[in-house]
Amino acid sequence: MSQQKTQMAQTTGHVWDDDLQEYSNPLPSWWLIGFYASVIMALIYWMIYPAWPVGKHFTTGFNTVTYVNDKGQEKTWHWNTRAQLMKDMNEAQKMQKPYFDKVAAMSFADIARDPELTNFVNSAGKALFADNCAACHQSGGQGKPGFFPNLTDDDWLYGGTYANIQESITKGRHGYMPAFKEVLNATQLDELANYVASLSGEKADAAKAKAGDALFHSETAACYYCHGNDAKGRQQIGSANLTDKIWLWADVPGQGTPEKKVEAIRTVIANGLNRGVMPAWEDRLKPEQIKLLTAYVHGLGGGK
Amino acid sequence: MFKHEWIEKNVGIMLVAIMLAISIGGMVEITPLFFIKDTVEKVAGVRPYTPLESRGRDIYVREGCYLCHSQMIRPFRDEALRYGHYSLAAESQYDHPFQWGSKRTGPDLARVGKKYSNEWHVQHLNDPKSMVPASVMPRYPWLLTTPLDYSDVTDRLKALRQVGVPYSLTQGEYDRNVKEFGADVAKMLHIPDAQKNLIAQAQAGNYDGDRSNVSEMDALVAYLQVLGTMVDFSKYDNDEFVKFR
Repeated sequence: MSQQKTQMAQTTGHVWDDDLQEYSNPLPSWWLIGFYASVIMALIYWMIYPAWPVGKHFTTGFNTVTYVNDKGQEKTWHWNTRAQLMKDMNEAQKMQKPYFDKVAAMSFADIARDPELTNFVNSAGKALFADNCAACHQSGGQGKPGFFPNLTDDDWLYGGTYANIQESITKGRHGYMPAFKEVLNATQLDELANYVASLSGEKADAAKAKAGDALFHSETAACYYCHGNDAKGRQQIGSANLTDKIWLWADVPGQGTPEKKVEAIRTVIANGLNRGVMPAWEDRLKPEQIKLLTAYVHGLGGGK
Repeated sequence: MFKHEWIEKNVGIMLVAIMLAISIGGMVEITPLFFIKDTVEKVAGVRPYTPLESRGRDIYVREGCYLCHSQMIRPFRDEALRYGHYSLAAESQYDHPFQWGSKRTGPDLARVGKKYSNEWHVQHLNDPKSMVPASVMPRYPWLLTTPLDYSDVTDRLKALRQVGVPYSLTQGEYDRNVKEFGADVAKMLHIPDAQKNLIAQAQAGNYDGDRSNVSEMDALVAYLQVLGTMVDFSKYDNDEFVKFR
């Protein structure tokens, strides 16, 4: 068979190494049809879409896209991705708009009472949270000890009401506590740390804790000024409640021995804090998105 | 006379013919961009990087961040929802080379600036999995411990100036920058003060949480925090950008 084919087929006429020859078969018709079809396709494409540069401009094509611009005017422009995006966004927003309008108009309490809207808050809020909040507060809002606060417990540095949460998201936060290693000596730091440990029921040296109590409420350390006389913190300035068992900056629960727990507290008092920065979201998210996120975060478990 | 066989049998001619064919393709795609005035949008706020940001950008390139992260938000709905406003040509006009990237293993970074705190970036670069458990990003712990080499920052800015980035050397160029970018930015773009400005920005910004030194982390975080934040999009109607396409 192959012998026969060799004799019948045309060759290019080249001969290499005595007997190597190259066939010169015509292109298969299915390939040729495909080739010409794609040439025609390209011509059609050039007519429909922006294609060739001409002088200082380009051929824009016949296809147009009609969109509504930010001012609400309807506009028609030659087809391009930027105009097409505005059209796509408008269409998608049209479907969500009734819900977002309701979220914007209703009070938080009413949103929570409306099952349909709560569903919307939970699904749209989850997407927004995953995009914007989860990198720090983690996907379930459980936070990261030592870095970012837990949003699912009922301890809130800046308050857990709807208004507080909305304010936190809109304007951002910045935690600050001065370093006391310049102000207090080693003994005083130790006494204060023992006192703070005793406040939340951790094992502490009673005598030192008593001295720490006095320091806490003295003008030397003036801890009470930010943390309050009862050491329960002040949410207006984001100072922590020191009497509960929830710790963000000093990893007290993670330490094995009472001495190490006191040491962890001592380190924070000595070095202070200039962290706990939450970015402001007002430039990135729309007010109604922030309101929806507020309702979502409030619903994570700890809202007050 | 002009038979295919003739080209095929002469390597030199074949080489020239191949180069011609390829360069025609390239020229058709690239040359018009230099002549179409409407390619780069006119927006306020885009400025060259400060010396510290510029060094941060060098580290971004050195570590190969662009291999997994793009800096180009395309005008599609899914990208608009996740990353924000699509990237404008104007926003990378001072990038040499641009960092658009061609592959996303990690997310796009064109608008990552100010989205997370400095502290998050430091911890995340140090150990990505500690912040994002599902992350496949490698760790970059040496950024925090390596002091930033800024001895050659003036030369680097001079090189960028050579390719058209408006860093200033003379008083005339400085005055022009004051007019275009305002006095505060113009000071940062003045090459003779580059080292001084770099140290001042690193200390004022305290990007790595340690004021006592200028680390590579300082530079990289300063760079990341400015990405995509220069244009205030609330000032513009998206209609204006449509006209550029």
